[in-house]
Amino acid sequence: MSRAVISEIRKNHIIEMLKEGKRLDGRDLGDAREISIETGVIESADGSAIVKYGKTEVIVGVKMIPGTPFADTPGKGVLTTGAELIPMAHPLFESGPPSEDAIELARVVDRGIRESGMVDVDKLCIKEGEEVWMCFVDIYALDYDGNLFDATSLAAVAALKSAVIPAEQYGKGKNAPLPTTCIPVAVTIAKIGNTLILDPNFDEEQISSARLTITTDDNGNYRAMQKGGKGSMTLDELTQCLDMSRDKGKEIRKIVG
Amino acid sequence: MSGQSDLELVNKKGIRLDGRKAGELRNIKIEAGVLENADGSAYVEIGKNKVRAAVYGPRECHPRHLQNPTKAIIQCKYNMMAFSVGDRKRPGPDRRSVEISKIIAEALEAVVLTELYPRASIDVYIEILQANAGTRCAGLTAASVALADAGIPMRDIIPSIAVGKADGKVLLDLNKEEDNYGQADVPFALIPKTNEIVLLQMDGNMTREEFDTAVEMGVTACHEIYALQKDALRRRYASALKEDVSDE
Repeated sequence: MSRAVISEIRKNHIIEMLKEGKRLDGRDLGDAREISIETGVIESADGSAIVKYGKTEVIVGVKMIPGTPFADTPGKGVLTTGAELIPMAHPLFESGPPSEDAIELARVVDRGIRESGMVDVDKLCIKEGEEVWMCFVDIYALDYDGNLFDATSLAAVAALKSAVIPAEQYGKGKNAPLPTTCIPVAVTIAKIGNTLILDPNFDEEQISSARLTITTDDNGNYRAMQKGGKGSMTLDELTQCLDMSRDKGKEIRKIVG
Repeated sequence: MSGQSDLELVNKKGIRLDGRKAGELRNIKIEAGVLENADGSAYVEIGKNKVRAAVYGPRECHPRHLQNPTKAIIQCKYNMMAFSVGDRKRPGPDRRSVEISKIIAEALEAVVLTELYPRASIDVYIEILQANAGTRCAGLTAASVALADAGIPMRDIIPSIAVGKADGKVLLDLNKEEDNYGQADVPFALIPKTNEIVLLQMDGNMTREEFDTAVEMGVTACHEIYALQKDALRRRYASALKEDVSDE
């Protein structure tokens, strides 16, 4: 059962356990939940994936259509990311135009993919200055139990990696896999009291004061970051986050293959 | 970040296009109390960036369902004026400005004593008059001065600056060219008294060593800006004091 608010007694219990280095669901502070990835789940999409991080479940679909390039990048494909936090996923989510949270989510996922150069946009040119592939990455939360940043980032990466350019459908030659280069992985760390925990679930997210999402690439270089929450982080905590995200990112990258 | 250029952003002597060294800030001008109507306001210039911030409140929170019975909420609106950038910007909020407004409000919540004003709203308006890279940092720098000018109790004032990488070198306070053709951008803000980070974003490509250097530069620069913020407030209230005396 999902709860829109967390009770005081549960909150205090989580905080007390964290003081002993334990989490309510039995994980260590630096553990992610069990991750599963399923690709090719939607036939009408050009690429798709359902990703689960424990009880958090998200779906990402990729659609590609020929379109006009931006004037300042006449030879490059266009990448667009959108996210919707639909009411079916959680009692706190409401229907209507994308909320602030949904916009931030989409932009953080977009930044990880874009800045890592994962999608080789140079190869998405059909005719320079006239026609390029527009690649739309659409993110939906299906079931929300915290940490949408990591789950949707991974789902977007998996969907893009499995995507096929639908060239035949538009009379633009033969279908071909979407050219990708690396695998960016986002890892979110939340701060509760003075404790840092990786991959926060919903309850942990609710009582955390700050979070930091860090996206690394195959070389362990940093490609995107986003601090969130109304609290602060010390420089020492930042250093720990940088280490944790790089190490966990490496592990998660292996799952994507 | 993705742009490419043959432009040499940093020459062999380590000097940047605008004549600065790697760890050097652009010229900064900060003024507190620049608006009549607002409860608090500030004007900030960082290089060619021109930013105004206004604070209204604490006042009744609208819409009412956003009220928090235990503390005030901070509502921030970051907005770029249509003529503030090279190509005209379509007026009104876009996804970028919604995100920036959110992270600036969150950063300010870390220092404002919101628990003193249950159910109230503190509204922060940031208007970018002219943009030249680093507007969110200039906006946050201005907003914290405006909050102090409004007399709202705060733990500290927040200075903010972007660090980045261009021509493979870690640079402080990127200008437009460096931002467009560089390899990384790291907007950064901290609470000077405790060196706690309240705003951090990054995009681009940085090794661990480069990122550590960037943070070090950001911390030092934030303390420089902090001094300018406090100076602006002192000037504002020293002159206010003089006016009071001459009135009598």
